[in-house]
Amino acid sequence: MKSNALWLRAKCIKAVREFFWSRGFLEVETPLLIPANAPEEYINPLIVSPTSQLQTSPELCMKRLLSEGHQKLFQICHCWRSHERGSRHLQEFTMLEWYRSNADYEALMTDCEELLRHVALSSLPEGATFRRNGHSITPFEPWQRITVQDAFERFSHGSVWECLEKGLYEEILTSAVEPGLATFHTPVFLLDYPAELAALSRLKAENPRLAERFELYVGGLELANGFSELTDPEEQRRRFIEANRQRSKNGEVALPIPEPFLTSLAAMPPSAGIALGIDRLIMLTAGTDSIDEVVAFTPEDL
Amino acid sequence: MYTVADLKKGLKIILDGDPYLVVAFDFVKPGKGQALYRTKMRNMINGSLLDRTYRSGESFEPASLEERTMEYLYKEGNHYTFMDQQTYEQVVMEEDAMGDAKNYLLENLKVEVMLFGEKAIGISLPNFVNLRVTETEQWAKGDTSGNDSKPATVETGYVLRVPPFIEEGELIVIDTRTGDYSTRVKG
Repeated sequence: MKSNALWLRAKCIKAVREFFWSRGFLEVETPLLIPANAPEEYINPLIVSPTSQLQTSPELCMKRLLSEGHQKLFQICHCWRSHERGSRHLQEFTMLEWYRSNADYEALMTDCEELLRHVALSSLPEGATFRRNGHSITPFEPWQRITVQDAFERFSHGSVWECLEKGLYEEILTSAVEPGLATFHTPVFLLDYPAELAALSRLKAENPRLAERFELYVGGLELANGFSELTDPEEQRRRFIEANRQRSKNGEVALPIPEPFLTSLAAMPPSAGIALGIDRLIMLTAGTDSIDEVVAFTPEDL
Repeated sequence: MYTVADLKKGLKIILDGDPYLVVAFDFVKPGKGQALYRTKMRNMINGSLLDRTYRSGESFEPASLEERTMEYLYKEGNHYTFMDQQTYEQVVMEEDAMGDAKNYLLENLKVEVMLFGEKAIGISLPNFVNLRVTETEQWAKGDTSGNDSKPATVETGYVLRVPPFIEEGELIVIDTRTGDYSTRVKG
């Protein structure tokens, strides 16, 4: 029986809720079954019928709420990504997303720092830290920041651009960069991604090869992905079509374009949004390396 | 054919012509990136370990392996011949692939032979076999040297340590998992 893990899970989720409620965020629920997700090259939705799929993220509906004028939103919900199963992945998992209008990715990084401190204080014994692979990671000291370009140079002695060109990006990221990030004793932000790796984010004004996107790593575990949102519907449509073109090339089905989202995007103020894996946050809190340990049932248990 | 989605611990696949057993597996997918399937595999013929990373779209040929009860017939040079008593089919295995099993093989012993296609790639023995001692020194009564074991050779040529009271011609039980003396067969 996983009674300790389930209590910890409940406490973490309660702490997350308290955090956003106390900061004036509106907690929302949006439909899980939707006609279209954002087409992405490497994310496969679970398709339920020709006109419905389970959400891979609540992103599109939450951005539509921003377009309607809501300013600070959060949601804790289930998401589905077909065929993703491993020690850090479940096909059905729990996601936290939050959005701020009139803000950019800097504001989200500050939120992350405060959120993880609050979760640690509320759900861990006094003085305890997050743990991964036997390492302690404290959220209470100043967090590190490293750009994607610097991280590749530092941990793989190569260039991220070269890795992308040769199709080695994922390989080097997971075999050299992530283990490098695991050596930090505080959480670390990996930021300013090559534009081709950030389908829904805004490009940096001073360097359009880079996007205002970051990933939060704790003990080498990828915990959250945030960015300054792209607000140009035409550019967004071009990126969706490009994603579908790549999918067809990879032998995957092309996905429907979410038209109502594109229509509403024109009215969306400059905003920033982030997705954080709740199951992984609980893994770090529990100090376990397997996602199986923090859910009531795995698919194999059913 | 298997796809990457079928990869899991315990799966047997063919790689470069050899059968491999997946001994460790993890699914890795950096944010928004392509999925990687990390595996550690053991070559089922020579035991060597291999790390391989696969991507979506790759496929594998299943390794069909079959275990059959066969009887050990004879040895010629460094080739060991076994026969399926139902079909009278014979397979030959090289000494290198036998490992320690050759220490316990007596004619007519029944063993489990692992077949990869036509090729015998391994055998598993009963946990205990009875073998006769062909050579060992006499136990000198009143020996106070304190030795609690002595070397003995059994009929397969295998040499092991046995208690001092074991004599030539006696039948002993050997644990094939450790290669150690287990007990004496009374009678």
